[in-house]
Amino acid sequence: MPAAVIIDNLTKRFGPFTAVDKISLTVETGEIFGFLGANGAGKTTAIRMLCGLLLPTSGHGRVGGFDIFKESDKIKKTIGYMSQKFSLYGDLTAYENLWFYGSIYQLKNSVLKDRINELSESLGLTEFLKQKSGPLPLGWRQRLALAASLLHRPQILFLDEPTGGVDPVFRRKFWEVLYGLADSGTTLFVTTHYMDEAEYCRRISIMHRGKIIEMGPPHELIARHGKPDLQELFIDLIREKDKNAQD
Amino acid sequence: MTVVQAYNITKTYGGKPAVESFSLKADKGELVALVGPDGAGKTTLFRCLCGLLEIDRGEIMLAGFDIKKEFDHIKPLMGYMPQNFSLYPDLSVEENLDFYAGLFDIRGDNLKTKKARLYEFSGLGPFAKRRAGRLSGGMKQKLALSCNLIHDPEILILDEPTTGVDPVSRRQFWEILKNLKTSGSTIIVSTPYMDEVALADRAIFMYRGKAMTEGTPAQLAAQFRGKVFRADILPSPEDMRRLNDIKGISSRRFGSTVHVYIGTAENIENLRQPLSGVGIDIDKISPVPPDLEDTFIQFMEQ
Repeated sequence: MPAAVIIDNLTKRFGPFTAVDKISLTVETGEIFGFLGANGAGKTTAIRMLCGLLLPTSGHGRVGGFDIFKESDKIKKTIGYMSQKFSLYGDLTAYENLWFYGSIYQLKNSVLKDRINELSESLGLTEFLKQKSGPLPLGWRQRLALAASLLHRPQILFLDEPTGGVDPVFRRKFWEVLYGLADSGTTLFVTTHYMDEAEYCRRISIMHRGKIIEMGPPHELIARHGKPDLQELFIDLIREKDKNAQD
Repeated sequence: MTVVQAYNITKTYGGKPAVESFSLKADKGELVALVGPDGAGKTTLFRCLCGLLEIDRGEIMLAGFDIKKEFDHIKPLMGYMPQNFSLYPDLSVEENLDFYAGLFDIRGDNLKTKKARLYEFSGLGPFAKRRAGRLSGGMKQKLALSCNLIHDPEILILDEPTTGVDPVSRRQFWEILKNLKTSGSTIIVSTPYMDEVALADRAIFMYRGKAMTEGTPAQLAAQFRGKVFRADILPSPEDMRRLNDIKGISSRRFGSTVHVYIGTAENIENLRQPLSGVGIDIDKISPVPPDLEDTFIQFMEQ
């Protein structure tokens, strides 16, 4: 099976500012990969390039087998994107929201109907379908956003802080759903500020000022650096790099 | 000295109690964390503590004043940062501070001194002229906190103040809270993140309007009933199903590992056979201390 994401020396410059500086990584099909970094480290810029929304300055990259320079249209159909800030229409019901997003992907009505039913069942959304999305508790809205991002059956799903602000019980359930997706071959590319969430990933990378400064399975990184947990590891690494940059 | 004392308070909406017979006590200089699932009643509780909602039953005393009878005395002593605290995005950092200072009638040299101190601990000084809308998430939260500190409140109530903030900024935010505590502030903070709960003096697990348990973070983690082991394997979905079918075991995946939970009285040795059937060699697993999240989830599942 080819890797889901391969990037090599990927770089993006905005004028004199290098937002993403020669990053390289490979994410295997069905892997859950955590893409971490402080605010402003360049994560969003990198993801926008991977999603075919922003043309890189240099380097190489393939997402779902398609070239990020030349085949961004094909990439857009291959991937899904779910964010904490994912826009659901609060005045529409859960079902209407799903119908709307499915229509954007030009799914046939009969196909769309089946997929909405299927996803609602697997994500436990069925009883909420007729309710307006706005007043739903945050945890349910996030599941609804996940369902919307899965309607076109993306091979690769980008999750941008998927569980920000969600309570631990909900967060654990959400991750069970994500593991289920990974088991069925969907590749998950996750950004998060929360290290307990990062520990759910099979591998993580840590980005700082445009560069990837560390990469590997969470518990291996913790052991290698002799830190009590990922949180301490992350903070110490970033502070050390910031300090070096100032010296 | 007890600064915050809520005794047996109940707040009902349309017949349904959002907060029920809840008691909370915090001493001067103490930081108490409140953690619970969505809808547990944390925000309602906070609004009651700030006097924004009237309680149906019970008693709230803040800095020795009764919230029902002496609210005017309490108001200047309180700082409340709600979940979506509004900064004015078109105003600069300094203008936002000036605005909140104006609400408390703080001006002139007094304002100058206070701003200098807030800039010092928040690190926002170099950004004083930057518009609030152009700050990073972490800086916005620090500015929101600063706005709530302009009148030197003795009691600070913070409703999920770090949502969406990166780990380094979150750590800085908590270092600020620690300094405030040291200088005598009493802080009540809600958070969905257990790494933050671990930094509190005491924490309360809240569920359906009630306090389930409370204690120091170490006491809470010690309330977990059972043992946790870590196996460094990547199980197939089928293995996971079979693992969870083994009597006396629950498990969850954790990145490139699996955590296996067994009862306190259970001996892992007795599970050698069934575990090896799903690819887990008990000679290769290691015990891990249960964390706050394990305890929290166990309480919620009861």
